[in-house]
Amino acid sequence: MLELPDWPGHRAGQHVDIRLTAEDGYQAQRSYSIASAPEDGYLVLTVQELDDGEVSPYLAEELRSGDQLELRGPIGGYFVWEQSLEGPLLLVAGGSGIVPFRAMLRHRAATGSKVPVRVLYSSRSIDEVIYREELARFGADEAVDVRLTLTRAWPQAWPGHRGRIDRQLLEEVAWPTAEQPLIYVCGPSGLVEAAANTLVEIGHQAGRVKTERFGPTGT
Amino acid sequence: MQAVDGNAIAGDLFEIFGTDMTTARGACAHCGATMPIAELVVYLRAPGAVARCRSCGGVVMVLVNVRDTIQLDHESFRLLDAL
Repeated sequence: MLELPDWPGHRAGQHVDIRLTAEDGYQAQRSYSIASAPEDGYLVLTVQELDDGEVSPYLAEELRSGDQLELRGPIGGYFVWEQSLEGPLLLVAGGSGIVPFRAMLRHRAATGSKVPVRVLYSSRSIDEVIYREELARFGADEAVDVRLTLTRAWPQAWPGHRGRIDRQLLEEVAWPTAEQPLIYVCGPSGLVEAAANTLVEIGHQAGRVKTERFGPTGT
Repeated sequence: MQAVDGNAIAGDLFEIFGTDMTTARGACAHCGATMPIAELVVYLRAPGAVARCRSCGGVVMVLVNVRDTIQLDHESFRLLDAL
């Protein structure tokens, strides 16, 4: 959670850039999606630590309360959902790609929106599901349907899906094409590429499929 | 190196243009395809980035980030929207 002087406010789905500068002047910059809703009144970033990362290990391990960060944002206007855009919504996430969708779902709840939403979220294992409890709470709203799929390992009595997001799963979860859902796909490049292409093959309008690709993280 | 997309260079483009550019559409000078900047195929390579057309793969933008200055060459991506 970050406290920001002069923060202009953000839109659900936007990100920030964080820049770290080493003592020798070496700089590294990465983008992180904003996890909080505009209505939350504070900024939350959810950072997945990458073993070979240059920025995320610092943010996850070294950063202490009270430290200052060089931050630029809010950034982006393409991968944004606002209540006025309506729906129905289909949100497809892989790994930490769920983060901007948490902001969208919180924004939807905070504005009292009744837009129906389906969420399809792929993780390697149950332990890697980010915001698991909060997603379950979102799913208590009868207009919000949250589906999880686990690709590498699953508990014995796992009631959700198993395996990667494929055409069959997308056909099952995505809205009928006649409903013309607004679709957002976020996650590692390979997953986003495959899911977005499949959605268009199924018959969804390419212009209503918005994508945001992260660097390499597993799903 | 794995590609990301035009959302990843939105911060640098904002600094150059003073507005969000991810929704701005442009035309690829190589193949003529049009797309919003968010959909370009982007390779982040310190100290900058290379953006390619999602349709033909041709290089349409090169960003170079040196200290606090950002240089952008987007000669091969003709912006269609008035800024």
